[in-house]
Amino acid sequence: MTSTPDSAAPDAAPGSGPIVSVRDLERTYRGGVHALRGVSLDVPRGGRFGIVGESGSGKSTLVRLLAALDRPTAGTVTFEGQRIDDRRESDLGFLRRRLQIVFQDPMGSLDPRMRVRDIISEPLGRTRDRDERVAELLDAVGLPSDAGAQYPHRFSGGQRQRISIARALAPRPDVLIADEAVSALDVLVRKQILDLLTRLVDEYALTLVFVSHDLGVVRKMCDEVAVMRRGEVVEHGPVDEVYDAPRHDYTRELIAAAPTLHGALRAPAGSATSEASAAGPESSEPEPPPEG
Amino acid sequence: MRGNLVVGGALVGLVVVTALVSLLWTPLDPQAVDASVRLLGPTSQHLLGTDKFGRDVFSQLMVGAQTTLYVGIVAVGLAAVAGVPLGVLAAMGPRWLGELVMRTSDLVLAFPALLLAIMLAAVYGASTLTAMIAIGVATVPAFARVARAGALQVLSREYTLAARAGGRSRWWIAWRHVLPNISGMVVVQSSVSFAMAVLAEAALSFLGFGTAPPTPSWGRMLQESQELLAVDARLALVPGLAIAAVVLGFNLLGDGLRDHFDPRLEARR
Repeated sequence: MTSTPDSAAPDAAPGSGPIVSVRDLERTYRGGVHALRGVSLDVPRGGRFGIVGESGSGKSTLVRLLAALDRPTAGTVTFEGQRIDDRRESDLGFLRRRLQIVFQDPMGSLDPRMRVRDIISEPLGRTRDRDERVAELLDAVGLPSDAGAQYPHRFSGGQRQRISIARALAPRPDVLIADEAVSALDVLVRKQILDLLTRLVDEYALTLVFVSHDLGVVRKMCDEVAVMRRGEVVEHGPVDEVYDAPRHDYTRELIAAAPTLHGALRAPAGSATSEASAAGPESSEPEPPPEG
Repeated sequence: MRGNLVVGGALVGLVVVTALVSLLWTPLDPQAVDASVRLLGPTSQHLLGTDKFGRDVFSQLMVGAQTTLYVGIVAVGLAAVAGVPLGVLAAMGPRWLGELVMRTSDLVLAFPALLLAIMLAAVYGASTLTAMIAIGVATVPAFARVARAGALQVLSREYTLAARAGGRSRWWIAWRHVLPNISGMVVVQSSVSFAMAVLAEAALSFLGFGTAPPTPSWGRMLQESQELLAVDARLALVPGLAIAAVVLGFNLLGDGLRDHFDPRLEARR
């Protein structure tokens, strides 16, 4: 487990080594769906790491494996050098406190039958200062202090994501994974939540793993990005480099498809989509996954 | 939609009130035999007349409501207490355990409930208790299925993933997330199962495998009136209508509750 093969990732990690590291990760679901086909990447400590790709590209599967909520078919996931992919749930306590997730669905990620304070304090377990911590967290995410007594259906999508973020911050994690955390929100609310995330990541010196299908958002949030397609990382590097000089056709498609000023300038509206589809998949033949 | 709830609730409420009142008061002693007033039609003293032993039908009907509710509550309670944990276990436990629970419940489901009751009655003697246990056991699979389906639905929600990511155990997830979120489905199933339990009890008493005389029971009232159908259909109609009303009431209540819970859950999600 110590002799992991050298990754092609550029070593842009500030500080010491990667905090989360993935090698040759494969996940095949029953029925033969290859969700991941040999993914390797390093999330630098304190970095803002973007993972971008369309739905079905394997992003969510990767998130679950990063958080040890699922087991890979092959490959390893390490957190600060400790393998987490083959542990029993009872041996994952350290990870559960240090790595948290904000999920996509602002409806489905909060239990409708639980009060907000119970939702937020869920990862805390039994602590004496629960109420103070909940008040602190509500304040940190910009929710009124009386929100704790309410049920989630009383809140809007943006507010629900704030509750989700508060829950994720409760155990004072080092790594925050945002899995399409703003994708279900409208543009104005999205900006507010992104600003909140940016502020909290700075304030608590978090390592952020930001997963999205929207390259434009990833560019704003992240300093490094991995582009995923069909269970593989097709391109990987500093976000501006990938964005300004994409080396892979698929990345160019993603950039062209994004409804941003940049995209609009690059390709006039109307021709953008035809150009994207003309580029097409460069190879429809799935490559055999590398040996793990 | 709302009508179901109101009508079902009213019918069920009527039976519950009748049973409660009969605990304290009935117009006459439902078990008092009086040969001088056999087979009377409705009179001011006997509101629904008397049966072949001269017992007051109205009083019997009132006390029979107790038996009906008692059997329903115990049988459905038993089925829910056993079936819901089994269903949740089937959804959350290891695959083989889930398969075992579901295949066993298929087996029980395939076995006629009345036959089970008759077997129990043959072994332990016909009584209200054997009827309740037999009906309860036969109803366990219904609850196990509902609970399993509900639990699988809850487990597919991101909040259970969040709970796992927060280091919460399976027990916690079952207790704090799954059970509260399937409670509505369980209540609906209880109402529907209650109607079936009432019918089963009536059938068993009719066959002589349920409530033993002299405790009044709607099923036995039907059975005793059988030979008199041509003479006096009233004796069969009264308990028959009472059974129909309760069954209808609980079914409507179940439907109404289903409608009541569904949109609310939608709005809450």
